[in-house]
Amino acid sequence: MPAAPAGCADIGYMDSLAAGGSALHRLDPRAKLLATLAFLAAVVSFDRYQISALIPFSLYPVFLIAAGGLPPGYLLRKALLVSPFAVLLGALNPLLDSHVMLRLGPLAVSGGWVSFASIILRFLLTVLAALALLALTGMNGVCESLSRLGLPRPFVVQLLFLNRYLLTLSAEAASMSRARALRGAGARLRPAVFAQIAGHLLLRTLDRAERVYRAMVCRGFDGRVRAARFPGAGREELVFVAGWTAFFVFFRLVNVPLLLGRLLTGHL
Amino acid sequence: MTENIVEAKELSYSYPDGHRALEKVSFSVAAGESVALAGENGAGKSTLLQHLTGCLLPSSGALRVAGLSVEKRNLPAVRRAVGMLFQNPDDQLFMPTVFEDVAFGLLNAGVPESGLEPRVMRALETVGAAHLRSRPPYRLSQGEKRAAAIAGVLALEPEVLVMDEPTSGLDPLSRRRLIGLLGTFPHAKIIATHDLDFASEVCSRAIVIHKGRVTGDGPASDIFRDAALLGRSNLEVPLSVASRRG
Repeated sequence: MPAAPAGCADIGYMDSLAAGGSALHRLDPRAKLLATLAFLAAVVSFDRYQISALIPFSLYPVFLIAAGGLPPGYLLRKALLVSPFAVLLGALNPLLDSHVMLRLGPLAVSGGWVSFASIILRFLLTVLAALALLALTGMNGVCESLSRLGLPRPFVVQLLFLNRYLLTLSAEAASMSRARALRGAGARLRPAVFAQIAGHLLLRTLDRAERVYRAMVCRGFDGRVRAARFPGAGREELVFVAGWTAFFVFFRLVNVPLLLGRLLTGHL
Repeated sequence: MTENIVEAKELSYSYPDGHRALEKVSFSVAAGESVALAGENGAGKSTLLQHLTGCLLPSSGALRVAGLSVEKRNLPAVRRAVGMLFQNPDDQLFMPTVFEDVAFGLLNAGVPESGLEPRVMRALETVGAAHLRSRPPYRLSQGEKRAAAIAGVLALEPEVLVMDEPTSGLDPLSRRRLIGLLGTFPHAKIIATHDLDFASEVCSRAIVIHKGRVTGDGPASDIFRDAALLGRSNLEVPLSVASRRG
């Protein structure tokens, strides 16, 4: 496994993780995609106050990361990078929902705080699972799977190019940021300069994206990226999808942590 | 009679903003011939190369590649015949690993997965990059990136190799390796470059472009000695030629 990079060197690292050789890497991408979709559906289907029932679901991303030999710290940092969205989404809950749901000793916890915690937990689980899927399969493998599973080609191509464009954008942004830092003498970035840089970045990225597209077209690209290593579904894939789906269904229907808690406290 | 693999007749092109980039450009390239396309920045070299792959289509005039007219309906066949090497290899290497990148064009051409490995490895071995097969392209040195990009093109077995500034960003050793490598290729080669020393080693013929027009076309040894022609085109006599003269 290549060492997790910092800052600008991060670009393309997820793709290099996807080139690994673990048993999970070798699994047909469709199996990983289907199991992850089942996981996402199960996690988001819980009601907004649910926390304990979500805990067993952490096994799935933990399994993907451990069995795939992925760097957990790196993936967690990636997930935390986008966590402000989840925080923003749930930030008003404690204010809007103040009825007391549970008491922890003298501390009264409102429904708003419980739902806020549930949003954060679900966010971490789903983002980590999606990141682990990408790190095990690569964006091209995911897109190829979506295409083979019947998603219309225009959607797949849009997704593929969005990913490619974001990579290009990050590469250009990293190079411009370096150039600014070298001549910026530590000065803060003024809004007017930021706007100019952002505009310039957009133009540079479009130009670069055009060149990358031309290079693809010159080698026969016709709107479909074909994966070089698409192993085909077999018994392992079937076991993987069926096993995990059964796990998700069971833990969706049965709140095992709650039952265990009741068993231990004698409140059955 | 030697068969021409590329034929341009009075080829002109204007960009959408009205800038006239090519003006009645005519030339031909025979199979197996190595031709340098020399010109200053903005002379029209890259525009001309983009016509050879059908990324741009002529505003007027005619262009034939491998016996096919470069027009919309022929583009897939034209692109199979022409292997284009871009100036910046980072634009050309977009797959997660070198192996997958070299395989990209082959998969698009319909090569079955069983036939993929030998062709990819043959191309990588040709450029001395077989050991890079599992590496992510963005972590390679500039010389390694160039080699991987060439392998991606060679794997498709094109009839013509078209290169845009192939020595840009290369250190002297990588540049020397590239010269040796190109010397082993039997393909017709059209190489747009400012590096006239490189061109004089690799190409037997040179075409000089200035402001979108062909201002010189002949044996590289004559063209690169013609200080007046090169001066008019804002170029200089290559150092290797100048030192031989004097």
